[in-house]
Amino acid sequence: MFNNTLTDAHSGRSGLANPGLVDFEVGGMTRSSFILRGALAAGAVYGVGAVTPFVSQALAETGGGDVEILNFALTLEYLESDFYNVKGREVGLSGTAKSYATMFGEQEADHVKALTSAIKSLGGKPVAKPMFAIPASSQSSFLSLASVLENTGVSAYNGAAPSLQSKEVLASAGSIVQIEARHAAAINLLIGDSPTPSEGFDLPLTKAQVLAKVKPLIKA
Amino acid sequence: MSTQTSEGRASRPADSAPSADSAPQPAGIVERLVRDDVDRKRFLRMAGGAGAASFGAFVLAACGSSSSKTASTAAATASTSTASKSSSGDVAILNYALTLEYLEREFYVKVVASGFFSGKVGTLIKGFGEQEATHVEALKGAVEKLGGTPVANPNGKFPITSATQVAQLAYTVENLGAAAYLGQAPKIQSPELLATALAIHSVEARHAATLGTLVKKSLTPDGAFAKPDEMSTVLAAVKPFLP
Repeated sequence: MFNNTLTDAHSGRSGLANPGLVDFEVGGMTRSSFILRGALAAGAVYGVGAVTPFVSQALAETGGGDVEILNFALTLEYLESDFYNVKGREVGLSGTAKSYATMFGEQEADHVKALTSAIKSLGGKPVAKPMFAIPASSQSSFLSLASVLENTGVSAYNGAAPSLQSKEVLASAGSIVQIEARHAAAINLLIGDSPTPSEGFDLPLTKAQVLAKVKPLIKA
Repeated sequence: MSTQTSEGRASRPADSAPSADSAPQPAGIVERLVRDDVDRKRFLRMAGGAGAASFGAFVLAACGSSSSKTASTAAATASTSTASKSSSGDVAILNYALTLEYLEREFYVKVVASGFFSGKVGTLIKGFGEQEATHVEALKGAVEKLGGTPVANPNGKFPITSATQVAQLAYTVENLGAAAYLGQAPKIQSPELLATALAIHSVEARHAATLGTLVKKSLTPDGAFAKPDEMSTVLAAVKPFLP
């Protein structure tokens, strides 16, 4: 099933890459380090000057990919945090809805903090918190929207996580998505929906699909 | 939190038909979902039918060009000298997950057969059991796709004494399952299998949280960040359930 992919990955750099690249020890390397290694090998043949742009591109991708994904996650967590902590108070919730909003709001705020510091530790710049326009005026519309946000959050993390380069970042994303899934199940139960996707797998969403769902809630 | 608890705690007469549930077939779920939207149909055909590896390919295709590129390079990695090493690691992880899913499936079969739950809670419990069965099939398919041999069903044994005891045990087992997947995720080499494991991981978490509402225990026992469990910890915890 992987037959043609090696050729593709290799030929993309064939103008510079050492023909012996495929024989390199590449086990456990990320995509970026694979490219970087290829570029360094090429450097040995063509000289450092020719290879510099490829090295910096590879290094930029190393940080860029994970930072971009984390910033996307951070935007969603900002939204969830504001949703529970600001909108939840505005709407005036009661009973189980109120206790969930309080607990989940604290946890989303913790996710915001964790993602912010993860982005910084990768040398990235955390995105600013957007302004949100959340259309919920009653407990029932609030809970319906909570269900959309939490279930979308699960699918967003599940869709993005396999693209993460860093195993540490992946572990953190995993420990956050599990909490989003727990929130989603509890909210779904509360509004009489199934707590699980009936087929037994949480369908992943692409970034574009997630943005299409949350964009109406983001003002700027 | 209190809204879901009354039915779960009540011990009810055995009015369900457990025999129909004792060998849930993923094909039934596939059929049901064929009536659903296109994405789900595609997803199911691949996850439940052709196996988890195909499902992973679908996920990556759906993720757009950047992740496809990542997958290509990871795939290239797997095609070179370390192919056998990384896929044998993945097979071991998959077989470990398969063992846990077999146990969960068996557990729910026994729970449904006990007749302790009916109504809304009974439907939930039955659904969870069916989902564990689809996980078993998906993981078996993934092991075979990697050229491995799926582990045998360990034929777990579980104490089934009362509705409360069963619900507590289910809560414990599901939390353990979620922690087990979380512990393995960073160790999985193939992005396709990682996507599959994550799609199962969050469902185990949903089961755990749902059961938490039944037994009036925390929906998030680890707080804002779920904690992973190592394989050795998990295997020690399930040892009492092995024959």
